[in-house]
Amino acid sequence: MGEAKQVKLYGFSLSPYCTLVHLALKLKGVAYEYVEEDLTNKSATLLQLNPVHQKVPVLVVDGKPVAESRVILEYIDETWAEPSFLPSDPYSRARVRFWVDFFYQRMVPPSYAIIRSQGEELEKATKEFIEVLRILEKGIMEDFPRKKGPFIHGSSPGLLDIIVGAGNPGTKAIEEVADVKLFTEEMTPQLYSYVHAFLSLDLVKNTVVPYDQVLEAIKERRMMALSSSKE
Amino acid sequence: MDPPSSLKLLGSWADSHTHRVQLALKLKGLEFEYQEEDAINPSPALLLHNPVYKKVPVLLHSDRPVVESVVILQYIDETWADNPIMPADPFERAVARFWCHFAEDKLAPAVGAVFSSSGEGQKTAVDQVHDNLKLLERELRDGAFKGKRFFGGDKIGLLDIVLGCGSYWLAVFEEVMEVKLVDPGTFPVFHAWLKDFEEQNEVKETIPAIDKLLEYARGIRQMMLSLSNGTSTTAPAAAGTTSAINVAVDGRSG
Repeated sequence: MGEAKQVKLYGFSLSPYCTLVHLALKLKGVAYEYVEEDLTNKSATLLQLNPVHQKVPVLVVDGKPVAESRVILEYIDETWAEPSFLPSDPYSRARVRFWVDFFYQRMVPPSYAIIRSQGEELEKATKEFIEVLRILEKGIMEDFPRKKGPFIHGSSPGLLDIIVGAGNPGTKAIEEVADVKLFTEEMTPQLYSYVHAFLSLDLVKNTVVPYDQVLEAIKERRMMALSSSKE
Repeated sequence: MDPPSSLKLLGSWADSHTHRVQLALKLKGLEFEYQEEDAINPSPALLLHNPVYKKVPVLLHSDRPVVESVVILQYIDETWADNPIMPADPFERAVARFWCHFAEDKLAPAVGAVFSSSGEGQKTAVDQVHDNLKLLERELRDGAFKGKRFFGGDKIGLLDIVLGCGSYWLAVFEEVMEVKLVDPGTFPVFHAWLKDFEEQNEVKETIPAIDKLLEYARGIRQMMLSLSNGTSTTAPAAAGTTSAINVAVDGRSG
């Protein structure tokens, strides 16, 4: 590969999309510089690096910016080979990509809906979230039967482990704040065990934002959403 | 290598995501069986092989399903190495993937909104299409694709396929909706790329004739107008209309 690359990550500590990138870089053992962005006052640099969406995360490698967390993850996997995040055979890779896309598409809307709703709407969003997890559990079990390790990917974490794992603290906070049950061992035992294995890694524990910060952020979002809906 | 007859594509003739897969298979010189699907009435095979979304396209390779057009394109590229669709360099691959997401998440919904709206709503939708095209034009003119004939370089690649199969709706909607979407004066590089893309033999063999697309779009527009006028209010018709538009333009379910 040659000389070490200059790697810089622009992010926001409470964004799970940014946490994903931290985790990916750390798992690959990549040294990088981190810049925390104030999302209410984005830096000129960020706007220049991601003019299309003006969002974090943006990963800059030797001066070249990569945006969109999913794109960044695959880029990291292709640039630093070990440990690999994707299976080697094309069909399994296609199934991983399918579930990554599914997670991004189907997980976010109900989680946002749960945060901002009450009563019937809350119940509906909760059911939807649980159903999405159930579909994911079933799909992962069918596509990736348990191999030689505690992770979806196998003996080391892969793309799906990172993505599902990184989202979990947020899910836990939503459960607490909205007083709902979303992710339990009873409902999705396989996912539960995979996520537990991932979050137990020292590297992951040292990377993810302290839970109380996540909880505070979700509390605030719900409070704002519920008060604005009353106006 | 598996024999070509092990490939089967479940698709819909007016669906841009289906065209993406057909074009990719053609560029790779791969033979495949094709099964036409009706979006409102999915076949047992479609329900079996894509239970999560129940939509086309689905590529069956030795009876194993690959789903989601951009995932399918990468699968095809990784399975058959000749005539690569993806760039070799990881950064260029990231750029291609980024703009694929842009096409799916920003451009396609904006184009679809032009078709399904009217009045002020339509003006907003047209403005959004222009905003999105401006971003693409800038990238073509000054950014990652500067000086290239196609997004993939000298040859058509992933991003050409993803953007190209769907951009023909721009011309169709311009005519049916009587709006200007791609003014060559405002988007000269994009316009030139699109014309070049559409002239490629494999593309001409894949994309349906414009008069068929016009007829299709006019038919749906008629249905939509009669629904909003209250002359036809059956729920299946409404669902079918929304479904048909969304499937054709951006693959999302209504």
